[in-house]
Amino acid sequence: MIRDALKQLHRDLKSQKLRTFLTVFGIVWGTVAVTLLLAFGAGLKKQLIKQTAGLGDRICISWPGLTSIPYQGLGKGRRIRITDEDLEAVRPRIDGLKRMSSEYSDGWKLVYNLKTYPIDVSGVSPEFGEMRNLIPQPGGRFLNPLDMRDQRRVVFLGNKFAEDVFGKGTDPVGKVVLMNGSPFTVIGVLVPKEQDSSYNSRDSDLSWIPGTTFRSLTGRKYLSNFVFQPATALQSKQVTQSLREALSRRLKFDPEDKEAFSVWDTTEQFQFFEVFMLAFSAFLGIVGSLTLVVGGIGVSNIMNVVVEERTREIGIKMALGAKQGAVLKQFLVETLLVTGIGGAIGFAISLGICGVFPESLVEYVGRPELSPTVALITTGILGVIGVLAGYFPAREASRLDPVVAMKL
Amino acid sequence: MSSRPEMTPHDGPIIRMSGIRKVYDTGKVQVEALKGIDLSIERGEFVAIVGPSGSGKSTLMNLLGCLDTPTSGDFFIAGEKVAGLGRDALAEVRNRRVGFVFQAFNLLPQISAYENVEMPLVFGGVAPKKRKEKVTDLLAKVGLGDRMDHKPTELSGGQMQRVAIARALAMDPDIVLADEPTGNLDTTSGTDIMGLFLELWRQGRTLVVITHDLALARRAGRIVEIRDGKIVGDRPAAEAA
Repeated sequence: MIRDALKQLHRDLKSQKLRTFLTVFGIVWGTVAVTLLLAFGAGLKKQLIKQTAGLGDRICISWPGLTSIPYQGLGKGRRIRITDEDLEAVRPRIDGLKRMSSEYSDGWKLVYNLKTYPIDVSGVSPEFGEMRNLIPQPGGRFLNPLDMRDQRRVVFLGNKFAEDVFGKGTDPVGKVVLMNGSPFTVIGVLVPKEQDSSYNSRDSDLSWIPGTTFRSLTGRKYLSNFVFQPATALQSKQVTQSLREALSRRLKFDPEDKEAFSVWDTTEQFQFFEVFMLAFSAFLGIVGSLTLVVGGIGVSNIMNVVVEERTREIGIKMALGAKQGAVLKQFLVETLLVTGIGGAIGFAISLGICGVFPESLVEYVGRPELSPTVALITTGILGVIGVLAGYFPAREASRLDPVVAMKL
Repeated sequence: MSSRPEMTPHDGPIIRMSGIRKVYDTGKVQVEALKGIDLSIERGEFVAIVGPSGSGKSTLMNLLGCLDTPTSGDFFIAGEKVAGLGRDALAEVRNRRVGFVFQAFNLLPQISAYENVEMPLVFGGVAPKKRKEKVTDLLAKVGLGDRMDHKPTELSGGQMQRVAIARALAMDPDIVLADEPTGNLDTTSGTDIMGLFLELWRQGRTLVVITHDLALARRAGRIVEIRDGKIVGDRPAAEAA
């Protein structure tokens, strides 16, 4: 029976080239439009996330400043200075705080191969790398707790700076450079990353050494700023508030004094981003649905015409003893096959388009990401529309007395 | 499958109709095409049905072929009650009991002669090997052994009607019905087709043919005349002259 159905199908498709082509085209078009739309949407979303996360993964950056509100008899304009010891003291009291690192920044000189380069140096702790997404290229590493404990003279370099100093094909790891007159060993180079914001230089131009090393070489006691990360983005406000209160108590400033202790909460950006992406997804969803509706109308129109055209054929078959089920099954199998082929072609075309997508555009709109699930769902919906559009008229036709159907 | 007709031989008349009425309801007007038909046809008979256009003979034919359903009355084929059967049960009766030859041939244009003849066998669930034997044999018998792969559009009218006859015989039906089988043919082809019907009768088949061709009607065994939805004459053909 299956073989007969397939044979029959093959004949029908061959004898009805135009309408088969139109049906397949409708499904191909719908599948291509929707899968590409969603692929570009997904790519753009990923690219935006990547760029935003370039600065760090849901982090808050805080700077001590001058007090702007008199507090407990102390005048305003007083400089608030924070030490590592202050951070360590308040740290256990902050609920929901996942990571925290101080940062000491300065502009130094780096000498390599008799050439001198200006370099922005940050003294940080190992946790800093995790928070700020500083990922080492293969063969290198970021700072570790031993570096901190032993005040090692090791440096992790931004990728662009490393390239400027060592040239393109050279691996700087293990090389020794002079920084502010002291020899430092390069332990790693940053993996290039997308970064749409920063608070001094881009990470590609920076370098990081252990905070303890920085302090012992410079005698600096007070940190430039510090970075912390709440366990979840939702906790950022609460963690920031706890930190503000704990530090204000310890360092004696008004907890409401935003200038004494300013915080840049990058999770706010993420929150905006979430809303934006939601709106963006909704937009894509609406456009995609409309495309599907239009494609579906096309497919169902064609199926309708097909059944009308073939009512006589249905009548003849029934006159020869075909049962209603057999007549309907043929329409179903046919629609399913046409849909399947159309969906596969559509997905292949989308794949092709994504394959030739120009690399130069990836930085701006991201790399389109095709989803086979979306293709399946799209094709499925179009298929269901086609089946419904073909099924009901075919059922009507097969319910007629054969003599009536044959005369139509 | 409970409604499947029993295929056991039956001794009584192959067709038995009593009080058959068919009313077409066109919405405003009700047209009574058949006004109480009583008809019995024995196995091996060749019945010619004659009558003017609009007399109801085609309606009767469609009822005999289970292509249409009567409004009221009793109808048995080979002893089995047909009136009131469900859609699929009727399909099965059409497939196994009845072979129908239409005036307009009603072949499917996009498939070959072979495939057209094969169709009832496919619907009847006959195994592919047996189908092949049967179709080849039948097409050879109607003289189209060398035209099996031709599409209907590549055949003459007479040849198309031969394909249709082969198709009607495919399931070895109890009765072959033909509605004006020569109506769309030229005289020579028509004579050929009629010759084929007579040959089938000689082989023992039961035939019912609607015809305008009095020469043919006379060669049938029995002539039933219909007028205005009623049978007005039913006599052996020999007396018709």
